[in-house]
Amino acid sequence: SSILHIAAVVVSGTSVVVYMYTWCLSSSIHISAVVVSMFSTIICGFLFLLVVKRLPEHVQVDDPAVVKRLAKKLERQQIPLRSDYGYKVSLFSHLHQYSRKAPLTQQLSIPSTVIHPSIVRLGLQYSQGIVAGSNARSVALLHAFKQVIRDYTTPPNEELSRDLVNKLKPYISFLNQCRPLSASMGNAIKYIKKEISNIPSQCKEEEAKTKLLTCIDRYIEEKIVLAAKAISKYAIEKISDGDVILVYGCSSLVNNILCEAFEKSRKFRVIVVDSRPRLEGREALRRLVQRGISCTYVLISALSYILPEVSKVFLGAHALLANGYVMSRVGTSQIALVARTFNVPVLVCCETYKFCEKVQTDSFVSNELDDPDDLMVTRKGKTQLENWQDVSSLGLLNLVYDVTPPDFVDLVITDLGMIPCTSVPVVLRVKNLDQ
Amino acid sequence: MELQAVLMAAGGGSRMMDLTYNTPKPLLPVGNKPLIWYPLNLLERVGFEEVIVITTKEVQKMISTDPKVKLDVKMKLDLVCIQEDADMGTADALRHIQQKVKTDVLVVSCDLITDAALHEVVDLFRAHNATLSMLMSKAHEFTETVPGQKGKKKTGEQRDFVGVDDTGKRLLFMANEADLDEGVVIRKSIMRKHPRMHIKTGLVDAHLYCLKKSVVDFLADNKSISSIRGELVPYLVRKQFSKSTNSPKVIDETHQNLKKNDSNVNLEIQISSRDEELLHLTQERSCWNDHRGDMSDAYHGGRLRCYVHIMDEGICYRVNTLAAYIEANRLAPKLFDEPAVHPSAVVSERCLIGADSIIGASCQISDKTSIKRSTIGVSTTVREKVKVTNSIIMHGVTIEEGCNIQGSVICSNAVIGRGADIKYCLVGSAQRIEPDGEHTTASPHLAITHSPTPLYSN
Repeated sequence: SSILHIAAVVVSGTSVVVYMYTWCLSSSIHISAVVVSMFSTIICGFLFLLVVKRLPEHVQVDDPAVVKRLAKKLERQQIPLRSDYGYKVSLFSHLHQYSRKAPLTQQLSIPSTVIHPSIVRLGLQYSQGIVAGSNARSVALLHAFKQVIRDYTTPPNEELSRDLVNKLKPYISFLNQCRPLSASMGNAIKYIKKEISNIPSQCKEEEAKTKLLTCIDRYIEEKIVLAAKAISKYAIEKISDGDVILVYGCSSLVNNILCEAFEKSRKFRVIVVDSRPRLEGREALRRLVQRGISCTYVLISALSYILPEVSKVFLGAHALLANGYVMSRVGTSQIALVARTFNVPVLVCCETYKFCEKVQTDSFVSNELDDPDDLMVTRKGKTQLENWQDVSSLGLLNLVYDVTPPDFVDLVITDLGMIPCTSVPVVLRVKNLDQ
Repeated sequence: MELQAVLMAAGGGSRMMDLTYNTPKPLLPVGNKPLIWYPLNLLERVGFEEVIVITTKEVQKMISTDPKVKLDVKMKLDLVCIQEDADMGTADALRHIQQKVKTDVLVVSCDLITDAALHEVVDLFRAHNATLSMLMSKAHEFTETVPGQKGKKKTGEQRDFVGVDDTGKRLLFMANEADLDEGVVIRKSIMRKHPRMHIKTGLVDAHLYCLKKSVVDFLADNKSISSIRGELVPYLVRKQFSKSTNSPKVIDETHQNLKKNDSNVNLEIQISSRDEELLHLTQERSCWNDHRGDMSDAYHGGRLRCYVHIMDEGICYRVNTLAAYIEANRLAPKLFDEPAVHPSAVVSERCLIGADSIIGASCQISDKTSIKRSTIGVSTTVREKVKVTNSIIMHGVTIEEGCNIQGSVICSNAVIGRGADIKYCLVGSAQRIEPDGEHTTASPHLAITHSPTPLYSN
């Protein structure tokens, strides 16, 4: 696409020159000048459309041409296509919606030859929710890539730096089909691809493989483990004795911070807010109570009841967007909004490797639709929504993420320090310069 | 490579000696295909390209020489022979091929006929990083009367008690009635971890197991275990909850020490993998738990896990008794879509062949015969005016004119004399039935086998 950019710039430049030339001549040759200028503007406009970045395929599911292109790409990579399930609410019909009861492994051969076994295992764990949470997914992905690299042998007449990247592409498509990639996973993949392409060609295979494995270990150690320690250090400064801290769902980073703070003998109590259908707050509650922290548990519908007691809100993030918006579990923006109304400070904790260059101002454009059958609940042996597919006017929507505007967030705690939400693009720019 | 398939085809068929004294069990015809074809077909459909087949020399000889035994599978079959008289159990056989096993194994028994979705079993094995994953099915009552047996199936057969957790996937308890003296005994440690357990009887064990490679290595060191189903599986299920498996991560030094001191190498040390710290980190950061209500981590911190997939619908039979053999013959045609009447069979026009009957290759069916709900084997000759209902006729049988065969099993190369009337009987291999003989239900059910002299009529 960079070639396209250059070509577009060159051709549009020449057409502007032609336009100016004809404008100068327009006084003498009236009609043909108009024709030539129209022609050049049409060319400019056409090239402009080419230059504009294409929308990613996973947010254009209602466009049959895009779906066909995706199907062809998957067929080329020998990966089965996962079909959508159930009626989609019209506002979100441009997103995929899969069913957990139809795993992708149904269409794969059982001793999987096309896809490395550890990647198949990972895909299964993603789609069944066994590995959930931004950090866990990235670590599991890197672990699987380590296995892939260990088992990789360079074919003859190929270079490791180019061939390994091509080998990883179908695996990434497969994982994307199992569950859409998270921003942290995307950044990790970019990092690995860069490391692989930077391997010098005279490097021997064993040496190259050990180098890659140590790179991966270092990435995990720096960006996830050490970052968590640094963030805890900054965050503990913000926790004072007697605080009542509100957390939402199960964020591994926030749980880490609270456990560290408790170990450093800060006196505080925690209110865990939870929401259906995932009910992740129960897991957070278990981890905190196991350490001895006194907790209260409410559902999100009781938020405005409990907020007068709260002194701070700590939220985790799935990704931080380039315009300062925080993308996190659905319900987070509600919490931030209500907390702002009660003048309770909202602190978001996020490692820098989750910062991404996407820009989004609403939760509709790009999101993830989970299995709608998760919304069905069985009480006293009866499931009311059992035949929801038969009711034509009923749609079940199970959103996973939402975006919180930076006006509701008071502080973002990262491993680089405590920054306001609007400084995210600065961090991104600095990161790009480093690389 | 992810999984290696191992097919156990060395069993004797001890519960249907009437059928297997002449033909080895893997080569018994079911729906005119050898019994071993069904699991091989299942493996091929699912995508396996190689199978290690453990069998006896006799079976290997018959597969390679006998033209009637055609296994048209495209997979590469690696036949491993073991001595017939060595009395090897399934675990012994697995120990025998330990050198060939390079990754996790999928062990299948040769008498399994099923249309199960194997990916369900293997997905449990993959997703939960399980040590054992197996397939079971709800047992269906056999409806056909079995020849050679008095009355209905004997009750009071040894039942299997299978305990699963609330999700129905995790295997918590497995015992056979024979091993339980006074009652079902469940340890308190299991109840504390899984307060809700569903105990099921009446399940058919399909003898399809996904085992980790470390289990095969463990078998090589522990020579006392000889049967997978009888000893290894209950051992693994019990080991899930033993205290030593749940102790914190074993450090490398203790690993070395234990290896030197203990000749009986512990299983739990063998199941730890490389990059254990990364897996631990993933589990720590993931907000998933397989149970709720108590303070423990996912899987209660246990590293050995056994899972089971219980099929509700679908065909799943183990052909190890005569009743199962007959039932399988009824249902086998549903599993493959070849035409019911083989193209090379010579069928005359004035005979009546029901839609659910199968006629094998090179058969000769003469006029005025009526064949309903039956299977006719390869190279069988059926003369005029014969009525065959609800029966299984194997290969090379000759049925003379005017016979009436109902609800019976006629084994290979038998000759049924003219006008014989056979109801609910089992005629052994190469036997001759006298013309005009009448063998019916009035007399006690007859199994006519290995008698050198022709039989009298009753």
